[in-house]
Parts: sequence; structure tokens; C-alpha cells
Amino acid sequence: MIEVENLTVRFGGVTPIDGVTVAFPGGTCGLIGPNGAGKTTFFNVLSGFVSPAAGTIRAFGENLLGMADYRRARWGLRRTFQTEQAIEHLSVFDNVALIHEHSRGKRTSRRRDVLEAMSFVGLDAPPREKVGGLGQRDRRLVEIARAVVGRPRLVLLDEPAAGLPDEETEHLAKVIQRIPEHFGALVILVDHDMSLVSACCGTTAVLDFGKLIASGPTAEVLRNEHVIRAYLGTEDEL
Amino acid sequence: MSVARAPSQERSGWARLTVSFDQGTAIRSAVIAAFLAVALFAVPLTGGEWIKTFTSVAIYSVVAAGLGILYGRAGMISLGQVALLELGVWIGARLAYATAIPFPLLLILTGLITGAIGVLIGLPALRLSGLHLALITLMFAGAVNVVLSATNFPNGGGGFLGHIAAGDLSALNPVRRPEIAVGDTAYYRYVVVACAVMFGLGLLHVAGKPGRAWASIRESEPAALAAGVNITLYKLWAFGLAAFMTGVAGCLLAAHGGFPTVYGFATQDSLTVLATALIGGIFSFWGAVVAGVFNQLLPFIVKDQWGVNNNFLIVIFGAGLLWSLLTAPAGFVQLPGDLKRLGRFIRQKLKGPTAPEGAR
Repeated sequence: MIEVENLTVRFGGVTPIDGVTVAFPGGTCGLIGPNGAGKTTFFNVLSGFVSPAAGTIRAFGENLLGMADYRRARWGLRRTFQTEQAIEHLSVFDNVALIHEHSRGKRTSRRRDVLEAMSFVGLDAPPREKVGGLGQRDRRLVEIARAVVGRPRLVLLDEPAAGLPDEETEHLAKVIQRIPEHFGALVILVDHDMSLVSACCGTTAVLDFGKLIASGPTAEVLRNEHVIRAYLGTEDEL
Repeated sequence: MSVARAPSQERSGWARLTVSFDQGTAIRSAVIAAFLAVALFAVPLTGGEWIKTFTSVAIYSVVAAGLGILYGRAGMISLGQVALLELGVWIGARLAYATAIPFPLLLILTGLITGAIGVLIGLPALRLSGLHLALITLMFAGAVNVVLSATNFPNGGGGFLGHIAAGDLSALNPVRRPEIAVGDTAYYRYVVVACAVMFGLGLLHVAGKPGRAWASIRESEPAALAAGVNITLYKLWAFGLAAFMTGVAGCLLAAHGGFPTVYGFATQDSLTVLATALIGGIFSFWGAVVAGVFNQLLPFIVKDQWGVNNNFLIVIFGAGLLWSLLTAPAGFVQLPGDLKRLGRFIRQKLKGPTAPEGAR
């Protein structure tokens, strides 16, 4: 359970997140909204890259904002980035092991945990292969493997399907769906692919211009007329 | 030596992994063993001034290896490494005259003190990078040179500075060498072993947790932070380790020459060392060996063997740097692979026009 209360972020005169109060109950939760709605900024607040002007975030009862940024990974926070950030010069194994050795995962089970995470995401590239030599699909899977290794509590996925062809997005959806039960982590998924969001997410929250305009069961939210208007645009917005 | 502890504990699990994944490990170990055998037994046959030069080659290759860790692994530039070497020489000489501790302990102590200074120099790197960090470290190198020009190196005198400027200078003893390695050839072997240990220390780091953390910092600091890497700790660790290795090299150098002088070090030497490290291969420990050869052996051959002014080497290094930066980012060590690819390409071209496969 992630409880966000009255969260506000300001960059100079811009307010990318404006008094948002929302809860992510568990399982896989969607976070959607048009470009510039504040989704990535919200992830940046959770990761500690951005300090909010106001508001609190309680993650499973703990005050997330009181934690030093690099300690959040050890606590169990994982994130992927819009542009995938696996380390080109390291092997697939080392990429995943890097996360494990800064996590709650036990050193003695590191090798097993890393290989398990790789097979969980369906990655069949050789462990010693350098990530720089992998294709787009495998790089994405390496990133997901990095996000689930070492007993995560909260997994933030920022547009994991961007740029992937449909059949690979389907595979990704199956992987994401299984994260909560397999690792016991809460997943927040940001994506523009509504079929991916509805396939994975039980509940979804919608941001528009930094404000929460809807949240609840995904099917209901996607029928909400405010949401449709925010996405498609109407006369009064123009 | 707390610096080395983490990766060596890491090793048991790591070694198992490498063995099960990689048959290349055996070949690599064999190549390293063969290289060390040549260095220890074939090279001493050259004798005389050559052996002294090869001692310097080994020492400067450790300096280049430190740069490789800083720039090649962690992505931080330093133009102050020769100044750190100079400090290592000063500290090593001072400790050698002041105490009677065994030589290995002298090396470690010098390394630790120089390492602590390296961490201090690394502090600006937490806020600066690229050109600005290069400038700051170059200024540091200049400052060290100015101070040491005034204080000079210890030569057996009293007081903190330990330098005698006047009087009967012929009565002075050189910086002591280890008892088991007083002669030039014996000392060369001693230096090779010590340098091999330094390379091993670097290798353990790079293959372990610190190496992965450095790679992630070099790739992207936000992503490293999200991965839980303590960026401050690992950046300072890289500076500390590079300075430790350089300090040990400095202590070896102090006993090599015996009477170090400030003329042996110029501020611009840091630039030459970086240039040769880039030409040799900044991402590889073999590249550091090549850098040591370029830095010490080439000037010796050109100047002392051929009697040519070795300033023109700067031009050669410049051209080499251009070649490396433009076409071979991994430096000299990628040359064999490149030539193999070129050979394959030419052979396929000769076979006929329909040979698209495998040319790349």
C-alpha cells in the first residue's frame, strides 16, 4: 500500500505535480495520463531525484521521503527508465548482480537469485554476454530482471513497452502480471499502451496537468469521461 | 588494508561463477603466467641500463592502471596522477630514512598515506566532472610541483623535510632497497612482483562489486542512484584505490633511483601518462602495460640508444592519441582484434564479390 498525500512539486514557476492525493492498494497499479501530466516526475519523487515542495508518501507504513536516495534501493524500491538504462559495458549477469548486491538479497544466494530473475523475465541471452550487444527486446528484459531481483517491495516501470512490437508487448504483459504474486512487490506501471495497462493493472490512477483526475478499478477509470476528454482533447481545452 | 577486503570476500562466489561460465579464464591465466615468466626471466637478460628502464616501465604501468580505474572504469578524469606519484616518492623516501620497517610494509604504508591524499583530491569530483575536474587536478599537480621544488626530496637529512642541501653530499646514502633485492636485476624482479600484486588488486576490484558500481556510475549517475549505488562512496573509493596504487609505485620509484629529484617530474608528465594510457588502452590492464612501455621504454630507446632528442615523441604520442580517439577507443589492445577483422575482410573480398557474411 502506497499512500500519497497532498503531494506538490514545483520547478520555478511550473507545478508538474499539484496537490495529488492517491493510494496504490497493491498488485499492479496503472498510472496514466497525457504527456507532461507529471507521471515521470512522480516516479522521480519516489526515487529521490526530486524533492517535493509539500506532501507525504507512506510506503507500507514507512516514510519514503525521509530515506536517502541511494538507500531506497536497499529498502526495496526499483525503477526502470523511459530510455532503458542497462549498463552496456557489463554482462547480463553483472547488470542484474549489481542491483542484487545493493539490495536486501542475501549474498550467499546471489547467483541463484540473479539467474532466477533472468529466467523469470524469459531472458535466454547468455549470462556473460555484454548488454551492449543485445537487441531492444533483451535489453528491456534485462531492465525488468534488474527491477525484480533482490526482494523488491515497490517496482516502478516507466513505459516498459515503448518501442516494442506487439507480440513482445504481450510477453512483457505476462511478465509484469506475475511480478506481484511471485515477488510480493507492488508494481506501478506507467504506459501509453492502454491494452498493456488494462491487461496488467487492477486499479489505475490518471494524472492530467499535475492533478489527479480519476482513480479506481481500471475498467471504470478508462470509461470515465474526464479521462477520455483528457486523452482525446475537447473544444474547451483548445 | 580495508580497501581490498570486500572484493576478496566476494571472490569465493565469484570464482565459482567464472569457472562455470567461462572457459576463457584458463587461457587468460595461462597468458598472464607466460607474460610474468617472460618479464621475470627473459627481460633480465638485457641487463645494464635496459633493466633499469624496464623497472621504470613496470612502475609507470601501475600509474597507468590507476588512471584506467579512474577514467576507464569510473569515468572520472585526473591530470594529477604524476603528482601523486611524486608524493608517493616523497613519502616513501621519508619513511625509508626515518624508519627501519620492512620494505613491503613501507610500500603499504606509503600507499595508504597517498591513498588518503587521493581521496581528498577526489572530493571535488563529487561535484565536478570532465574539463573542470581535469583543470582542478592539473592545478593540484602544479601546486605539488611548486611545493616540492621548494622543499626538495628527503636524502637522509634531519627534521620533517629530511633534506640536506649543503655539506658533504657524497656521504649520503640512497633510499634503501629491500634486503633481498639490492642489485638492479634483483630489484627489477622485486618491482615486477610488487606491480603484479597492484594489478591483481585492481583486477579484483574491477571484477567485483566496486567494478560493477563504477560501471553503473560511468553509464549514468541517476540510474546508478536508482540501483542503490552509493555514488559518493564509490567515487572516492576509485580515487583512493588509484592513489594507493600510485603511492606504492612512488615508493618503488624512490628506491629505484635512490636520490629522487624534482626534475624527474614535470606537471605536464600527467598529460603524457594520460595520453599513453589512452593509446595503450584505458579499459584494459594490458593497456596499462603498453602505456608503461610507451612512457618509459620509448624515450630510453630514442634518447639513450639512438641519441635523438626525445621531444619529438610528444608528436608521436599526439598522433597516437588521435588514432586512438578517432578509430580505436579501446587503444592498442584492440589492435590484434581489428587486424584479424581486417584480414578476414580482405580475404573475403579476394574470394569474390558475394561474401557478405562475417565481414563484420
